[in-house]
Amino acid sequence: MANTFRRLISSRSTAVLLASLGAGTMATGFLLSENGSLAAEMKKKLYPPSSDFPDLRKHNNCMASALTPAIYARLRDKLTPNNWTLDQCIQTGVDNPGHPFIKTVGCVAGDEESYEVFADLFDPVIKDRHNGYDPKTMTHPTDLDASKLTNGMFDDNYVLSSRVRTGRSIRGLSLPPACSRAERREVERVVVMALAGLKDDLSGRYYSLGEMTEKEQQQLIDDHFLFDKPVSPLLTCAFMARDWPDARGIWHNNEKTFLIWVNEEDHTRVISMEKGGNMKRVFERFCRGLKQVEHLIQERGWEFMWNERLGYVLTCPSNLGTGLRAGVHVRLPNLSKDPRFSKILDNLRLQKRGTGGVDTAATGDTFDISNNDRLGKSEVELVQLLVDGVHYLIDCEKKLEKGQDIKVPAPVTQFKK
Amino acid sequence: MPFGNTHNQMKLKYASDQEYPDLSQHNNHMAKILTPAMYERLRSKQTPSGFTLDDVIQTGVDNPGHPFIMTVGCVAGDEETYEVFKELLDPVIEDRHGGYKPTDKHKTDLNPDNLKGGDDLDSNYVLSSRVRTGRSVRGFCLPPHCSRGERRGVEKLSVEALAALSGDLKGKYYALKNMTEAEQQQLIDDHFLFDKPVSPLLLASGMARDWPDARGIWHNDNKTFLVWVNEEDHLRVISMQKGGNMKEVFNRFCTGLTKIESLFKDRGHAFMWNEHLGYVLTCPSNLGTGLRAGVHVKLPNMSKHAKFEEVLKRLRLQKRGTGGVDTAAVGGVFDISNADRLGFSEVELVQMVVDGIKLLVEMEKRLEKGQSIDDLMPAQK
Repeated sequence: MANTFRRLISSRSTAVLLASLGAGTMATGFLLSENGSLAAEMKKKLYPPSSDFPDLRKHNNCMASALTPAIYARLRDKLTPNNWTLDQCIQTGVDNPGHPFIKTVGCVAGDEESYEVFADLFDPVIKDRHNGYDPKTMTHPTDLDASKLTNGMFDDNYVLSSRVRTGRSIRGLSLPPACSRAERREVERVVVMALAGLKDDLSGRYYSLGEMTEKEQQQLIDDHFLFDKPVSPLLTCAFMARDWPDARGIWHNNEKTFLIWVNEEDHTRVISMEKGGNMKRVFERFCRGLKQVEHLIQERGWEFMWNERLGYVLTCPSNLGTGLRAGVHVRLPNLSKDPRFSKILDNLRLQKRGTGGVDTAATGDTFDISNNDRLGKSEVELVQLLVDGVHYLIDCEKKLEKGQDIKVPAPVTQFKK
Repeated sequence: MPFGNTHNQMKLKYASDQEYPDLSQHNNHMAKILTPAMYERLRSKQTPSGFTLDDVIQTGVDNPGHPFIMTVGCVAGDEETYEVFKELLDPVIEDRHGGYKPTDKHKTDLNPDNLKGGDDLDSNYVLSSRVRTGRSVRGFCLPPHCSRGERRGVEKLSVEALAALSGDLKGKYYALKNMTEAEQQQLIDDHFLFDKPVSPLLLASGMARDWPDARGIWHNDNKTFLVWVNEEDHLRVISMQKGGNMKEVFNRFCTGLTKIESLFKDRGHAFMWNEHLGYVLTCPSNLGTGLRAGVHVKLPNMSKHAKFEEVLKRLRLQKRGTGGVDTAAVGGVFDISNADRLGFSEVELVQMVVDGIKLLVEMEKRLEKGQSIDDLMPAQK
């Protein structure tokens, strides 16, 4: 008691100062440790949520649109079971105000429970990003039955390659923003062990990023398989590049048509691809491979993060649901010059990118065309939308080649609310 | 990174060797010193504000380093970091600061009258003179670890204290997030504006979080005294002017610093300081004085001389390009400054620069005339 009192008196002047920052004078004396630093717990009392609320006035991302001082105050001091906090979820959105035209998400999950514990923030973010999908009232359909896909073959004169990608997270281990080195290594161990069990056309090999030879690296670059340390501040500010390249790697089958990235932006990214327009085969292999990998990890007592509110749980809210991006590289020299091109894509619920990926512009007449949506429609539905949409685009292209006119299609319906 | 001690408790579920970083490709002070056994002993500790070993070393894990340049590879999140993790940081400090021992005491001397000479460096050669240091405000966490509320607290305190400066030190604060286009351009033209860090060494430690919130620049009306708020340290204090009057620069430096320190004390806050480490700053490389006194000096002949590096080494000086630490020299103009920070006082370090530059300029003049400089070679300081 005497010690505390002495500390209180000696830190009187500091207490006065601290009081001006908004804390009670009597209390602050007790909050200081002997040499003047505040214990973590005590800091919470001294700095109320209002003192920590980020300045989002110049920001344009889903997090900034959804976060209010009231929500922040309710959630700031909460912890997920893995001890992840709201501040850590939103750091990337605070650090990256965003672009006036492109609305980024601005928050990430550190673990599966982030979406529950911080639902007051994530639910409106999800609604904003996924066309009004309400996790409180709606359920997400999962359907990986590739046999349901119809019309999945494209004209090779136009479609140069076909690709489907998604992500999967291993339940029980923290996600890339939050994971410790041991957890990340555990993800690698679990996944690599499972992949070693794939057979026939899916049998393949793992290349650890830190250990690959120069030759292996060059081959992976030439195959366009190699991923590099993230440079986008959207990712680095979300703590995803820590400890690079520890426990990161690339697995692919011998035929180079099925590829898995380990511990990049998600625990795993799964990609099925091939040259030409056989999207049916690409999707069939995608579903088969995913199911086999899931089975192989389940044999060892692991499973993927999934629930019926959010579908497959991934690091970025934008990838919830299916996490699926199905796309083609397609030549559209005439259509791309038509002023109605963007509107057609919009109505078909498709997006265009350059062939270098999300941050590139198209060169020449070849575009990466893929589905916009991820959540609220199943995998089969989304790939079917892509297939139907690409057929429509090629049809337009052929018409324009012949000098015929094209029509803007009616907008595809959203999921039922 | 502000993961904090609660996250650290969760990591303890895993064995130490499962968490131990792979440092096999690394060349920095932290990687040289850290061992699996040390990691095991320290991993469960935290400072009172929750800074942990992994927080200390993250930047060194993420930045393996350069084969030629030895980076530090660890940072402090608060004053207590240097105590709680002394088992790692003492040897890092010893390695970085020329054998400075855990039992050594550091001398602080900010009395500019103790500097001999320094007012007459030849301005035909010496283009500008500058002294900088850093200060941390006791009671707040450091840039890698502070919350937004704390960072704003540091800014508020600093702005109030600086507003009380008068005479030739009277000046104005420009918050990074509020400055007008015109103000920004002026600060760029004056070479005062600091930008969001891009170096991965800084980014990996969490120092750039929430940019530009609570960051700003204060300078006096004469533009000879400048304070950066919440960049790499709580405060960076800079005194500078064109020409070779280092004495005047140092005078202003000491007067300004002393005044600022007392203004902070009036408001109930000391600077972080102790008699072993001197002034406590974020990076272990800046402990002690945190002082870099330097000049931009023309040495086109001297810099081509075979003994240039050797002379600098003996004088305890280092060279950089005039763009700062990450640049190369252009047109024979070098940034020459003291290499040491800890174990020598401010006066001693500035004295080394003053004496060393005098000698280098003399050597330059000799070489201009085609004469030898052998008789001028200094002994190792």
